[in-house]
Amino acid sequence: MQSRDASDLVVLDRAQKHFVITKGLIRRSHRAIRAVDDVSLSIHRGETFGLVGESGSGKTTLARLIPRLTRLTGGRVSFDGRDIDTVGGSELTRIRRRMGIVFQDPASSLSPRATVRGSVIRPLQLQGAGAREAAGRLLETVELVNLGPELLERYPHQLSGGQQQRASIARAIILRPELLILDEPTSALDVSVQAQILNLLLELQREFGLTYLFITHNLSVVRYMSDRIGVMYLGKLVEVGPAAELYARPLHPYTAALLSASPPQTPRLRQRRKFALAGDPPSLIDPPAGCHLHPRCAFTRDICRQERPALRAIGLARFVACHFAEQLALQVGD
Amino acid sequence: MGLVDAQPAAGRPLMQVSDLGVTFQTSRGSVRAVSGVSFEVRESEVFALVGESGCGKSTTALAVMRLVPPPGRIDSGQVVFDGVPLLDLDEDAMARVRGKQISMIFQNPLVALNPVYRSAAQIEEALLLDQIPRDRAWKLAVGVMGDVKIPDAPERALSYPHELSGGMRQRVMTGMMISRSPRLLIADEPTTALDVTIQAQVLELLMDIRRRTKMSIMIITHDFGIVAETADRIAVMYAGGIVEQGGVLEVFEQSGHPYTRLLMRALPRLTKEEGRLETIAGHVPNLVELPSGCTFHPRCPLKRDACLIERPTVREVSPGHFVTCHYPEV
Repeated sequence: MQSRDASDLVVLDRAQKHFVITKGLIRRSHRAIRAVDDVSLSIHRGETFGLVGESGSGKTTLARLIPRLTRLTGGRVSFDGRDIDTVGGSELTRIRRRMGIVFQDPASSLSPRATVRGSVIRPLQLQGAGAREAAGRLLETVELVNLGPELLERYPHQLSGGQQQRASIARAIILRPELLILDEPTSALDVSVQAQILNLLLELQREFGLTYLFITHNLSVVRYMSDRIGVMYLGKLVEVGPAAELYARPLHPYTAALLSASPPQTPRLRQRRKFALAGDPPSLIDPPAGCHLHPRCAFTRDICRQERPALRAIGLARFVACHFAEQLALQVGD
Repeated sequence: MGLVDAQPAAGRPLMQVSDLGVTFQTSRGSVRAVSGVSFEVRESEVFALVGESGCGKSTTALAVMRLVPPPGRIDSGQVVFDGVPLLDLDEDAMARVRGKQISMIFQNPLVALNPVYRSAAQIEEALLLDQIPRDRAWKLAVGVMGDVKIPDAPERALSYPHELSGGMRQRVMTGMMISRSPRLLIADEPTTALDVTIQAQVLELLMDIRRRTKMSIMIITHDFGIVAETADRIAVMYAGGIVEQGGVLEVFEQSGHPYTRLLMRALPRLTKEEGRLETIAGHVPNLVELPSGCTFHPRCPLKRDACLIERPTVREVSPGHFVTCHYPEV
């Protein structure tokens, strides 16, 4: 579907993660939650790929498939040409060293019972690095993330939110990975601290040629950070394209709805065109037939209720899963 | 909702807060959470109180309701609501103001909703306070659910809070809070836990309520996007005090306080090719030991000698636009 060449660091090929839920003791029923459903995309080396979508759209599950924190139930995920799902244990460990993850809540990567030094240096110790080498690399890394060395002996609760997030970033990059998975890294932070962390991430990317998978629900942040953006809805990728083009002219009605629902940057944009969606997102267990968006979409026609639109190319760099993408004019106005 | 709405409403003042101060006595000393805060909320306007965490915006809202939790204490100022000095009322009289005159919605509706009550019963309970007979109250409650745009209201009336989505819970709580037609609705981070499309629906609902009922709304938020979307006038708080207030367009486009200007430039607007985001040096001060002079001086790129020594007074830089700074940009 999308070009696959040496410039791709991560490739998902019809990747699928269904969680089976079993109900009832006597009349057992098995149904599946389609958290990630048939998603194909590639992340190029050195780019920032932004992934947006609302809660339950499957963006975090998708990210967890890449380091195999969650096993696939179908399709393929590869990292630098190697199939993540079939590699053996020691190779998986080697591949995982080439990735780092930063979560929204720094508490999930920093142990409350360890000092910053202990948490940040841990990946090096697990790798069997010598004490002197580890200490050198630690100082170099905390300097990279602008975390004062005097904070190394503190515990997470003694740090501010911004300092905690710098410590988690230090831990994520201490092995000098090629890919950083950033799952809502600034969503819990105040505006002024968010700006510091975003600037830091851009500097690190420039310095090390890092590839970023940047997951967020904040559309201003993802636009600022990303080269390309993917939009997820109910486990499906509904649109992919270069950031500027996707914002200037969204092709999928869901993308247009997200952009117009996102609070404006100035009061002058109150009158922008709005593409409202009807109702709440449906359940992932019984997603609507045909196009998943059809019960909420203002442009629904018969075919949308029957046939699921495939992700298809429009032009050179854009992909969309909508039957009528060419016919809708969806500019939100900016 | 057009730009016309963004002009300062010419409405009469409904609530005037003057020189409000709140102190928390803790083992580490007294924390001055709110100090010298003055603002007014006019009839049928949307007024936003905006600031980063710990700036005192939620404490200010709680103080207006006289709900500051101990060891916090309101130790200065006055809140005059429709001519009545709220801080002088006895507890019974104040209890009659809450819910009837001023009501409040919160970030997490589950805190305000009773898990064992059906959703219309939550609203009904509020109505019963107004001596409405029980048989009519249920019907009215279902009607209120329709007012807050809950689809299939008669059916959803029977749902328990855990059976509703986050957006629907927020609507039920909003319904409960507006059911007695208060004159002022305080919304403390009303959409922070919601997805953007649901957030847009809830904000649209609040704007719709304001249009229909002429209720004034005071929104407490950290999100300048929400302010840009809804507010007529705004006040920006920093370290317990208001640093700037005025019409939303003036404050966004002609920010007079260095803190407001820096915050505006810290927001990601376009793409990374168009430049780094502005950051603010240092960090928010400890409220136990506030800096001398202007509380923002340790972080201010434009500070001069006077800023270290003297507390700045409020200056009106243009009609209705107030800046608490020795050297405001005009």
